[in-house]
Amino acid sequence: MYLTDRSTPQGADAEQGRGRGPGPKVAPVVLVLGAVSLITDVSSEMVTAVLPLYLVTTLGFSPLGFGTLDGVYNGVSALVQLTGGHLADRLRNHKLTAGIGYGLSALCKPLLLLAGSLGTLGCVLALERTGKGLRTAPRDAMISLSTPAGKQGRAFGVHRAMDTTGAMLGPLAAFLILRAAADGYDAVFGVSTCVAALGVLVLVLFVPGRGHGAPGVVEGEQPVRVREALALLRLPRLRALACCAALLGLTTVSDAFVYLLLQRRAGVGEEWFTLLPLGTAVVFLLLAVPVGALADRVGRRTVFLAGHAGLLAAYALLLWAPAAPVLPPLVLALHGTFYACTDGVLPAALCGIVPERLRASGLALVGTSQALARFCCSLAFGAAWTVWGDGPALAGSAAGLLGCAAVAGLVLRPTGRAR
Amino acid sequence: MTSMRRRLLLLLAAVLLLAGLATGVVLHAAARADRANRPQTGGPAVSAGKLTLDQKSRLLFVNAAPGPHRTAVASVPSRDPKAGRTAAGLTCARFYAAAGTGVCLQSNPGVLRQSNRALLLDAGLRTRRTFPLAGTPSRARVSPSGRFVAWTVFVSGESYSSAFFSTRTSILDTRTMRLTPSLETFSVVKDGKPYHASDINFWGVTFASDDDTFYATLNTAKRTYLVRGSLSRRTVTTLAQNVECPSLSPDGTRVAYKKRVLSGAALWHEYVLDLRTLHETALAERHSVDDQATWLDDRTVAYALPADGTVGSSDLWSVPADGTGTPRLLVPGASSPAPL
Repeated sequence: MYLTDRSTPQGADAEQGRGRGPGPKVAPVVLVLGAVSLITDVSSEMVTAVLPLYLVTTLGFSPLGFGTLDGVYNGVSALVQLTGGHLADRLRNHKLTAGIGYGLSALCKPLLLLAGSLGTLGCVLALERTGKGLRTAPRDAMISLSTPAGKQGRAFGVHRAMDTTGAMLGPLAAFLILRAAADGYDAVFGVSTCVAALGVLVLVLFVPGRGHGAPGVVEGEQPVRVREALALLRLPRLRALACCAALLGLTTVSDAFVYLLLQRRAGVGEEWFTLLPLGTAVVFLLLAVPVGALADRVGRRTVFLAGHAGLLAAYALLLWAPAAPVLPPLVLALHGTFYACTDGVLPAALCGIVPERLRASGLALVGTSQALARFCCSLAFGAAWTVWGDGPALAGSAAGLLGCAAVAGLVLRPTGRAR
Repeated sequence: MTSMRRRLLLLLAAVLLLAGLATGVVLHAAARADRANRPQTGGPAVSAGKLTLDQKSRLLFVNAAPGPHRTAVASVPSRDPKAGRTAAGLTCARFYAAAGTGVCLQSNPGVLRQSNRALLLDAGLRTRRTFPLAGTPSRARVSPSGRFVAWTVFVSGESYSSAFFSTRTSILDTRTMRLTPSLETFSVVKDGKPYHASDINFWGVTFASDDDTFYATLNTAKRTYLVRGSLSRRTVTTLAQNVECPSLSPDGTRVAYKKRVLSGAALWHEYVLDLRTLHETALAERHSVDDQATWLDDRTVAYALPADGTVGSSDLWSVPADGTGTPRLLVPGASSPAPL
């Protein structure tokens, strides 16, 4: 029942999505996957919120050496995503692949307690990221495959909103525990383990598995080969979308830099620094569903590009940096809007392009190219900052983003039937 | 339907089990935290009392001995550090004091994040002013005259995909109350040439007695440098490599510092550098020292080492500053030494 009926012509599908007729607004499996993500994010953000503190106060690490590991993780995570996507298609079992990813991350939580050195801790965190990389594409593919073409944006919006809710509840839970038990980092990790286990259990119990009308299972077809997945790149519309996502990713300054710029150029007090990501998250959370639904109506590419226009506006505001108290909230609002317009909308846009049996591979391909491009942007931006300073580096990114957005606008301009 | 019902029952059972487990873990940690705040037999005697920074021949520190005065600022006579401790009603993560000025860095769990602040203290350990901090307290210093105060915190920025760390070092002029939020606004001269980079970090300031010169650690491109700075000219100049957390001797001729012995690993040895000749001397301490040392006099430095068997606790040790002798346990269960 979660399968899109492929015999339905695309136009009819779109009609169905446009009308607000009877039936649930999102498929139950989307809500279940949203719940799994919410629970898992509570678990992982609990750890993220206290990890720096734990490293410094309990393990006595000098944290400067830690940042260098981060770039490596991001690269690894992007490549793992590709593997996860292909594995899911190949095994024709998205649930299993996603489950392995969630399970791996859950297993890492108790291991954090045993990691006493930077090396072992680095390994545990790398394993955690591997789990995250593995599950992303199959999970998105399940959302994609269980939702009619006309409701993709809303479905991904619902999932991302639930996911972000979890990310915001995590720190709240962690600091509640630390207030109840001074230096209770082990308690934070322990509770995080329990929460992560619950997330895996919800996935196992409530996401339909193979042969039960599960999303992503198409019976009686040849197994997917690597060559077939690579041949996806020959699909002109997928190639265009992947290239545009990468191109725009090349000029998308990473969150950390945005907050740093906000602090330096807009004069945000240092004590607020750790709260800046929350501002982005709140806006993302509030806008994810309405913007997703809007994308279903007016076209996902339009919304995707509009999101980048919002990011460009944020860059412009940061460059201008007027001494107005409204500047930081405005930049954060634009940053959150950018996420709402892009994070779920991009996978939603892939629905009509990638064949079902290769959906996870296609999602992973686009996701990976975007992630790798953003990673390159971080490196380049850091180097530019070093050589020319934050203003010129930002001006360069803004000019680059404008150029890339113009190219993407041309490439992705709506054709007759493309949405 | 029955299968759905079975799955819901299974979920309910798992939720109850996991909730019970989580509650148990938290209660266990809370009980342990409670125990740490109860006095232990055989521990040092600590009593509440009046502490002032005008007293002479006292050693102040942050008490780490289990009991109700854990993390409180406490003092012992310099001559008899094993004597009973007098604890003030002030708790700190890091503390320092000189010439009637004190600084106390605090860190407490807030709602969504750790809440960190610096307290500027007068001679009666009363708070003159509070400053919000950008991160986890690390180092604190007061100039020998009591006019300038410096602190370093670890800053971490989180986002969905990245975590990065940096240090932030601030200097406060207590006469004008002018705060330099970050030393990174000072101009840097490295190896004789002006130097700019986005990855510059400073930590571990120590002040000279002229109320202008200071020393600190500068980190850039994965290297650490000892820098000499001028507060009036807002500049720093690199002097030597692989020097962290310098501490200037009372006579102003040497700095004690920690030197990284294995790149990439958290292993440091404590050294003393002669500022005139740049000759370095390894001290007799064989353990890894991760602290900004304090000079008790012109011949002895004191520093904290992790206490055996107790995570997060430390002891104060002292060692001769000329590389001879052996380390001596100065005050067990203590950190942040500040001699008066």
